Amino acid sequence: MDASPLWISLKTAFSATFLAFILGVSAAKLMSGYRGRLKSILDGVLILPLVLPPTVVGFLLLILFGKHGPLGQLLSSLGTTVIFSWSATVIASTVVAFPLMYRTALGAFEQVDPNMLDAARTLGVPERSIFTRITIPLAWPGIVAGTILAFARALGEFGATLMLAGNIPGKTQTIPLAIFFLVESGQRDKAAVWVLIIIAISLATIVGLHFWTKRQIPAGGRPEK
Amino acid sequence: MVLAVDIERDLPGFQLRVSFTCGESTLGLLGSSGSGKSMTLRCIAGLDRPTRGRITLGKRVLFDSAAGINLPPQQRRVGFLFQNYALFPHLTVAGNIAMGLRGMERQKREKIVKEMISRVKLDGLENRYPRQLSGGQQQRVALARALVLQPEVLLLDEPFSALDNHLRSEMEQELKVLLNNFSGSSVFVTHNLEEAYRLCPNLLILEDGKVIASGSREDIFNKPPNLSTARITGCQNLSKIRVLQDNTVEALDWGCFLRITADNMLEGASYAGISSRHIRPAGKDDHVNTVHCRIFDVIESPHQVTLSVKPTGRETNNISFLKLSISNEEWRRIALQNPEELKICLPPERVFLTF
Repeated sequence: MDASPLWISLKTAFSATFLAFILGVSAAKLMSGYRGRLKSILDGVLILPLVLPPTVVGFLLLILFGKHGPLGQLLSSLGTTVIFSWSATVIASTVVAFPLMYRTALGAFEQVDPNMLDAARTLGVPERSIFTRITIPLAWPGIVAGTILAFARALGEFGATLMLAGNIPGKTQTIPLAIFFLVESGQRDKAAVWVLIIIAISLATIVGLHFWTKRQIPAGGRPEK
Repeated sequence: MVLAVDIERDLPGFQLRVSFTCGESTLGLLGSSGSGKSMTLRCIAGLDRPTRGRITLGKRVLFDSAAGINLPPQQRRVGFLFQNYALFPHLTVAGNIAMGLRGMERQKREKIVKEMISRVKLDGLENRYPRQLSGGQQQRVALARALVLQPEVLLLDEPFSALDNHLRSEMEQELKVLLNNFSGSSVFVTHNLEEAYRLCPNLLILEDGKVIASGSREDIFNKPPNLSTARITGCQNLSKIRVLQDNTVEALDWGCFLRITADNMLEGASYAGISSRHIRPAGKDDHVNTVHCRIFDVIESPHQVTLSVKPTGRETNNISFLKLSISNEEWRRIALQNPEELKICLPPERVFLTF
């Protein structure tokens, strides 16, 4: 049996989680400081990929990155294209995983007592350092939870990936795609193996999250001796 | 160094208008919650931005709306003690105190932190986290963290509200010593009038965003300039009056006439007041301002008894209660004779008039 879907899935999920982490935490930081009138609209737009059907996300990405799309034209002027390539699997997974990262990190940032930040300001700590030395450590449990959720979502991505990256074995075929096409061609036994593998990975992720959360004590800090 | 504040801040439904100066002593900001005390502190620290006005510290301008100056809190050198202390829960005691000393050489920083820790008597607790400390210890960490930067002004926002009574008086003593040794101005916010009286030689009373009284604590407590101030300073006996001749007023809410000393006479005053501690059961030699009263209610506390009384023959709803506080022993003596009625005396020198 070809093991390539496992490696493609893991490679995609890790890359997408990494990107979603950077983008999600940055967006959460910007939004937590933003008090403008557009807040709920912006928040809605950022959450949208989570609520839309993945095929709709895939369709929109296809328009964006397609031959005539704005990003597609930009990329083709640089002599490259992402559609039906491995990058497309990463883009699709990143987009659907992003809202989970963003929303969890935003919740964690908003939980940080604003008095803490004010206290740091009166102690002369520059704004940039306040973020890295106070906000991030205090929001850390939430950020980690968001990362794990984003990873799980990226790993399970199917609809948008199929739309944007297609099903090319050895190149863009992730485990969820492999399962679908194996079942479709009547190879249920092989599909069952992949089902077990993906259940194992997902379960391990969730159990890991559970243990990690239990070890955490409120608001950072180390457990008492 | 003089802290001079003259600011206005407009919010929907609330306007803050505060103006005061404070030398190298402690100024108490007293007022009920929502009166603008904390907002004033936040404006001084640079955490809130006033709509208009000026804040100066000696020759340094911290804020000046006309000149477009608004120093960030990081550059103001203003220490802030938060109501809940706002200690960083992910850092140890030493880490909390060292937060403001970043960029300093490691050895020098450790030495300063160590000195500060022994100054606030936290030796041996350097590596504890805030939640492993008692309320009093947490407050010491917060104080140490603010003082280690040698601020020019120290702002204290209801520092004792998170402590139980026993710790409260202990920490108050400690704070008093620290404030006496502190070489800058300090502004102390509280709604507890006794705390304010004990810690602050000068007081500023805020109501609804406005300064309604300011001055030495003795003046404010003994001769409050207006009715609201009298209420905030805890005066429970206040009556509308009609001023008659010969230093006499008619207390309309108590249905009696009162003599006032010439010193306390105030042209155009509309209220008279007297502290519940200053009304006493009349003795044999009391002939002035004595009133026969019926006792309506007796509230016994561990150290005193508060009586609610009304002049006899006038126990109608239009007449307000007079409250007097006496010692438990005195109450026992009175109750043995007659627990229903009492002749009280309002010493003329203790009755004040106000607007």
